[in-house]
Amino acid sequence: MALAVTAVASAAAPSTAGPSSVRISPSQYRQSIADIFGRSIAITGRFEPETRTQGLLAIGAARVSVTDSGLERYDELARGIATQVVDAEHRATLVPCSPHSAQGSDDECARTFLTSVGRLLYRRPLTEEEVQDEVRAAGETANKAHDFYAGLSAVLADMLISPNFLYRYEFVEPDPAHAGQVRLDAYSKASALSFFLWNTTPDKILLDAAQSGQLQTTQGLRRQVDRLVSSPRVEQGVRAFFSDMLGFSDFETLSKDPSFFPRYTLPVKDQSQEQTLRTIVDELVTRHGDYRDLFTTPHTFLTTSLAALYRVPLADTTDNGQPDHWFPYSYPPGDLRAGILSEASFTALYSPSGRTSPTGRGKALRETILCEAVPPPPGNVDFKFIEDTSNPEFKTARQRLTAHRSQPMCAGCHKLTDPIGLALENFDSSGGYRTTENGVPIDATGELNGHQFVGSQGLAKAVHDDPATTSCVATKAFAFETGYLPAVSDPQWRQIMDKFAASHYNFLELMRQIALSDLTYRVPSSALSAANH
Amino acid sequence: MKKLWTRRRVLRGMLQGGAVSVGLPILDCLLNTNGTAFAATGSGLPVRFATWFWALGLGEAEWRPKTAGADYELPVQLAPLKPFQKKMNLFSGGQVFLDGQSNNTHFTGVQGQMTGKVSSTEGYFGSFDTVIADVIDNGTRFHSIEATCSGDPKATWSARAGSGLQPAEVSPLALYTRIFGPEFRDPNAAVFTPDPQVMIRKSVLSVVEDERQSLMKKLGASDRAKLDNYFTALRALEQKLAIQLQKPEPLPACTKPLQPEADKQQTVMMCVDAMQRHDVMVGLLAHALACGQTRVVNMALTVGMSGLRREGDPTNHHTYTHEEPIDAALGYQVKCAWFTQRYMEALHNFAAILDGIHEGDQTLLDHMLVYCFTDHGAPRLHSVRNYPVITLGGAGGKMKTGLHIPKPGDAVTRVGLTAQQIMGVPVSSWGTKSNQVSSPIYEVMV
Repeated sequence: MALAVTAVASAAAPSTAGPSSVRISPSQYRQSIADIFGRSIAITGRFEPETRTQGLLAIGAARVSVTDSGLERYDELARGIATQVVDAEHRATLVPCSPHSAQGSDDECARTFLTSVGRLLYRRPLTEEEVQDEVRAAGETANKAHDFYAGLSAVLADMLISPNFLYRYEFVEPDPAHAGQVRLDAYSKASALSFFLWNTTPDKILLDAAQSGQLQTTQGLRRQVDRLVSSPRVEQGVRAFFSDMLGFSDFETLSKDPSFFPRYTLPVKDQSQEQTLRTIVDELVTRHGDYRDLFTTPHTFLTTSLAALYRVPLADTTDNGQPDHWFPYSYPPGDLRAGILSEASFTALYSPSGRTSPTGRGKALRETILCEAVPPPPGNVDFKFIEDTSNPEFKTARQRLTAHRSQPMCAGCHKLTDPIGLALENFDSSGGYRTTENGVPIDATGELNGHQFVGSQGLAKAVHDDPATTSCVATKAFAFETGYLPAVSDPQWRQIMDKFAASHYNFLELMRQIALSDLTYRVPSSALSAANH
Repeated sequence: MKKLWTRRRVLRGMLQGGAVSVGLPILDCLLNTNGTAFAATGSGLPVRFATWFWALGLGEAEWRPKTAGADYELPVQLAPLKPFQKKMNLFSGGQVFLDGQSNNTHFTGVQGQMTGKVSSTEGYFGSFDTVIADVIDNGTRFHSIEATCSGDPKATWSARAGSGLQPAEVSPLALYTRIFGPEFRDPNAAVFTPDPQVMIRKSVLSVVEDERQSLMKKLGASDRAKLDNYFTALRALEQKLAIQLQKPEPLPACTKPLQPEADKQQTVMMCVDAMQRHDVMVGLLAHALACGQTRVVNMALTVGMSGLRREGDPTNHHTYTHEEPIDAALGYQVKCAWFTQRYMEALHNFAAILDGIHEGDQTLLDHMLVYCFTDHGAPRLHSVRNYPVITLGGAGGKMKTGLHIPKPGDAVTRVGLTAQQIMGVPVSSWGTKSNQVSSPIYEVMV
C-alpha cells in the first residue's frame, strides 16, 4: 500500500478563521504570576494536563474548555497564590494601600488594589461594574471574617479562576478605517503579542500602548514589536515555543530503566531539555543564527552528568559543590553528536523505556520537525514476520524492521519513518552512545526524502537542507501565536516566508514578521458572528 | 398535608445561619434488616458505577468460553477472577464497526465502545460513564473520580460531552488528599462543624458567575460553548463547597482509609509496581464510593500502548504484542499473556476490595456495576473485533450475573447500552451509524 506523506500545513484550515479564546498554558500562568506578584509567590499544585492538537499544545489550548477536576486544580492554585499575596510577608509591597482597619472593610483601598491587579490579570482595564462587584464582595467578606485582607484574598482567588484570566480572548471593535467592518481591539492585540514573544501577560508599557490607541497604528505596533523582540525576555518566548514544538511536555511521563541506563537519572532528564533549550537560545537569540543550523551546530552546553551519559570527557574544575554546573562545549569535527537531533531531548524522548524505536524516532522527526503526517497502521496488519528479539536471526532493530518492511502492507508507512530512525541507532534509548546492539555492530545508514546518508550527522545535514524544515517551523510559530495553522497559499503568509528566507532563516526575524503581519490579527470568523449577533 | 422530615432536613434546619456543632451517634440502625434501604428515609441504597480499562485484550480468539450462559469454564486468561465468577458476566464476540474510518489503534475501538461513535482522534467526547454520572450523581462531592496507575494523567477514557477527557489522578497520595484530605467530612463523625472558610469561598464565587453574561455577549458560538463548559465546572465546584457545609448522611460502610506513602516517582515502568499502585488506588476509590463522596469512578491501568515491562526485560507489553509469535500449541502470545494475567489479578483485587465492604447483609460490589473494557480484540492484530467485556457486580439486583454472553459479530455497543439502561439512563438507542444499537442484552437484565 503506497501512502503519501501529507504536508500538515497545506491541509490546514481556514485562512481567516482563528480561535477567539485560548486557554493560557501552565508556563504562561506561572510567568504571569511571577511578573505580576514577584517570584517569591510559590505556585504549588497541579495544572490540568494540556492537549496536543496538530502537533502543538498551543493549538490544543485554542480548543479546550476546562473539566471539573481541572477547575478544582485552578481553584487550589488560586487560593494558594491569593493567600500569599496578602499575607504579612507580602502585603506591604503588593497591596499599595493600608486599610483604615485591618479588621473590616475598606472599599477605597480594596478598589485601589483590585483595579490595579485586575488590569494585569485580565489584560485590560476592569469595567466599573466589575470593580463594583469585586469591591462589594471584598467588603462583605472582610466584615464577615473581621479581616480586610481575607476579603482581598477571596476576591483575588476569584479573579484567578475567572475565564477572564484563564483564557486569552480576542475581542473585536468597529474598524474606523473600514466602515461596517471590525478589527481586533488593542488589548487583544497586546495579549497576543506578549504571550507570543514573552510567554507572559502584557507589561504596563504594552497595556498603555493599547489604552492610548498606539497599538492600532502601524508605527505604534512596530515600536512595541521591536521593543519586545529586542528585549532579553524574548528568550522566554523562544523557549516556550520550542518546548511546545519539540514535545517536551512528554518528559513528564518519560522514564528509563535504571538497570539498563544507570546514567539516565532524574536530573539528567531535566538537564537534557535544558541542554536543547540552551543550544537553541544560543544559536537563535544570542548568535542570531540560521534556524537550519540548529540541526548541525557543534556548539552546545553540558553538565558533567550529561557529559557522562554522552561519554564526553568533561572535567568540572570550577568548584567542588555544584554537580550540575553548565559549560559551553563544542563537539570536535566529525563527532557523531552535533545538532539538537543528536541530543537526549530527542533520542531519549522518542524511545520506550527499555530499548529504542527507530519507527518512533522517525515518526517524531517527520511530525515535529518537518510537519509531515505519518498515517496510522492499517487495522488488519499481520505482524507474523516480526519475531522475538531473542530470535538469533534478528539481533538489531534494523534486522527486525527490515523483516517488517518486506510486507507490502507495512512498507508504505515504515519507509517514511524507519530509514530516519535507523540513522540514530548509535544512540540508545537513554540517548547514550553505543556501537553495537546485542553484540552486532550497528549499521546507521539512512535515507530522508530520497537523500541517502550515514549516521546522525548525515541525517542532520539532510534535515538542514530539506525545504520542509523551514516551512514547518514557520507554520508552527504562526500557530503558536494564533492557535491555528496558516494556509500556506495565502499571499500574506508567503510574504512572511519570503522575509524569513531573506533573513537567512533568522528565527527572531520570523517572530517579528508574524507579530507585525495583518494575517496574525485577521478577525476570526467566530468573532465576526458574535459581532453581528 | 403532613410534612416529611428526613434526617437531613432536620440537620439542615439546625445548621442554618452558621457554624454550629451537632453531636449525633453513628446509626447502624438506619439500614433496614436487608441492608437494601435506609430505614428512616426509605431511600434505596444507591447503585454505583465504575469503569476499569486494561490494555491489549485477552488474547487471540482462544479465550472465548466454549459454552454460553451459566457455569461456563473460565479461560486461563481469566483464571484470577474465578472467585468472582458468580458475581461477573463475560461478553464475547462483539465488535466496533469502523464505517470507513481508519483503525487508529489503541483509540478507535475504545472510542466506539465508550462513546458509541467512531470519528477522528479529536472527537472523543461524551463517554457513557459521564452520562450515567449525570443520572446517578445526586449531589455527591465529586461527579466522578478518575485514576490511572501508569503515571500518565492522559490515561483516561472518561470524557464529558463538552469539555473532553477528564484527567486521571496519577499519584495515590494526591488521590487520597483530594478525597480524604482536609475537605473530607466523615459521614459518621459524631460532631459536625461547617468550615467558615468554605462558607466564604462559596459566597464569593458568585462574582465569577456574574461575569458570564458580559462575556457571552462578546463571543461566537464555539467560544460560547467553551464558556458554557467552564460554568458547568464552576457549578460543580460550588456544589462541592455546598456539600462540605452540610452534615452528611451517616454511612456505616464508610471508613477513612490510611494515607498512602508519597510516590517515589510519577511514572511506573515495571508491571509489578503498577499493579501495586493499582491496588492502593482502587482501595481509595472503593472507600470514596462507600463514603458517599462520588457514585462513579474510572480506573485505567495504563494507556492502550502499555509500556509496562518485566524486571530485566527491555521490551514492553505493547511491543511484545507486535513482535512475539503466537505459541502454536497454546494459541496465544505467552509473554503477552503474562501481562494479561497481572491485569486480571488486579481486577480480582478490585472486586475483592468492593466485595469486602459490607453494606447491610450485602456488599458494595453487589450494589455496583463495574464495566471492564480493553482497546483491542485480538492484540497481535490490534483488531476491533471479538472484544472481551467483563462486568462485575449485580447493580443492586438489577443485573443477573455468572453468565457468559457470546454475541459474535454483534455491535459491542450493546453492552454499553445495557449498562446505561441498568443504571437508569433513559436511553432507548445509543451510538451512531453501524455502532448504533437499540436492543440491550436482555439476558443479563432483571
